[in-house]
Amino acid sequence: MELLEVKNLTKAFGGLLAVNDVSFHVDQGEIVGLIGPNGSGKTTTFNCINQFFPVTSGDILFKGKSIVGLKTYQICHLGIGRTFQVVKPLARMTVLENVTASAFCRVNSIKEAKDEALRVLEFCNLSDQTDKLARSLPIAGRKRLEIARALATKPELVLLDETAAGLNSGELDEAIDLIKKIRDNGVSILIVEHIMKVIMTISDRIHAINFGQTIAEGTPQEVANDPAVIEAYLGEQHAQG
Amino acid sequence: MIILGILFLIFPLVVRSSYYQHLVIIIFMWVVIGSSWNLLAGYTGQVSFGHAIFFGVGAYTAGIFVTKLGISAWWGMVFGGFFSMFIGLFVGWVCFRLRGPYFALATLAGGEIIRLIATNWESLTDGMVGILIIQSFMSKLPYYYIAFALAVACVYTIQLIMKSKWGYYFVSIREDEDAAASLGINTTLYKNLSLLVSSFFTGMAGAFYMNYMAFIDPHVVFSLHYISIMAILVGIVGGVATIWGPAVGAFVMVGLQETFRSSFFGLAPKWTSQAHALVFGLLVIFVIMFLANGIVGDWQKIRRHVFKMKPSSS
Repeated sequence: MELLEVKNLTKAFGGLLAVNDVSFHVDQGEIVGLIGPNGSGKTTTFNCINQFFPVTSGDILFKGKSIVGLKTYQICHLGIGRTFQVVKPLARMTVLENVTASAFCRVNSIKEAKDEALRVLEFCNLSDQTDKLARSLPIAGRKRLEIARALATKPELVLLDETAAGLNSGELDEAIDLIKKIRDNGVSILIVEHIMKVIMTISDRIHAINFGQTIAEGTPQEVANDPAVIEAYLGEQHAQG
Repeated sequence: MIILGILFLIFPLVVRSSYYQHLVIIIFMWVVIGSSWNLLAGYTGQVSFGHAIFFGVGAYTAGIFVTKLGISAWWGMVFGGFFSMFIGLFVGWVCFRLRGPYFALATLAGGEIIRLIATNWESLTDGMVGILIIQSFMSKLPYYYIAFALAVACVYTIQLIMKSKWGYYFVSIREDEDAAASLGINTTLYKNLSLLVSSFFTGMAGAFYMNYMAFIDPHVVFSLHYISIMAILVGIVGGVATIWGPAVGAFVMVGLQETFRSSFFGLAPKWTSQAHALVFGLLVIFVIMFLANGIVGDWQKIRRHVFKMKPSSS
């Protein structure tokens, strides 16, 4: 079943087409990777899906219903969580408070929200950091906090925006494990990532874009061998050779 | 805290001087305004430079009840709060389209606009002539207890709010509005809720002022520096985003203001009564440089430096 369907999505900033006629879909229980060189429109696509930006044209369907024109907070209530590439911790709140605030998306009582937050924090291996201020966390912790916050809203689909960027190799393996664990819990994932180790090992399918347009689509193997992708990343000579 | 409460309950029975009773009444009033401002600015991060709007509207509601409708100004205590909320709704509708400093500037402009309206709409407000009513009580005691109850109700309500879902949402919005929206928080709704509670209590304080002082004019109750800026000072000096900060700030600021207004209780030369604006300025600089979290927020720091005490482990 198609959980998320992006149809001919176009986003223009003035004359610049940041996303140009991109179409893809995420099935239930799937991990879909969205890749492309810097500035190719990956984060813009995310911002369109959770309605930070108004969509110029095209449609986005979640569980068969169009979500274009809704407010960002409504997107979250529908069941789409997201993380930010440039992490946005609620700096002067503790880790627990950060996640509790987002758990209120589904429950109303303090106790339920805190229980849910503690459960999610344990899931994300942040249990020993609960009372620290969010701003005191190192980058790996902040990235995890982003994920924990997104999960606490009980999403059916999470959009992960470069959650592995800036991590060392040990942290990277932990991040891969965490992302797999999230999928095993029945949450579908759309992930933007530059680190090939991550994107190639966890994605079921990959959608590659450049200059806002789709250049390739398929399994990680297919995409990695696609001349257009190689050209976009490494230049023309490599694509021919 | 309970001991402090009892102390305030028996204070006017022990200290019969109406001057000191008056001072504490004014302090209570500022606890209400400061705490209300703090809810919106300190906790929700929407810094208002226009709290005089709500104070003035509350005061004028009570006043106009008497002059135009002929009913007791005490009804204004209730309706002043609600009417202030109504104005708050409008202010929110206009100003929450803006963020950060632009929101602050918009509220500043809003305060000036409403002051000019109150000055010029003479058929309703009597303009610069002001509104004079007859006080209900000769003694200060009833006013004292009403102000005390209002202050307690205000601080207690805010404390309850901050322990609830609303509190989490308010602080989330302050920390990062975009992140808050992505966590399913209807930021516009919750910013308005914060503003409504804030304007309600500020309006009540304004209506109380009308009842107590028995005279208002636009330059007093819609004043930028005597109300709007003072509300900010009370919040900043006491401690932004702390429950008790504005209460402490109200004591310090009203105390200072009165000390200067009376030229150090008549001990210093007359010209010192003009110096309070200067001293307030210096105080703000001092607080921002050394006590960025205010007296309550930086209490551990004060203990360490002033009293040379080790910070308590709590």
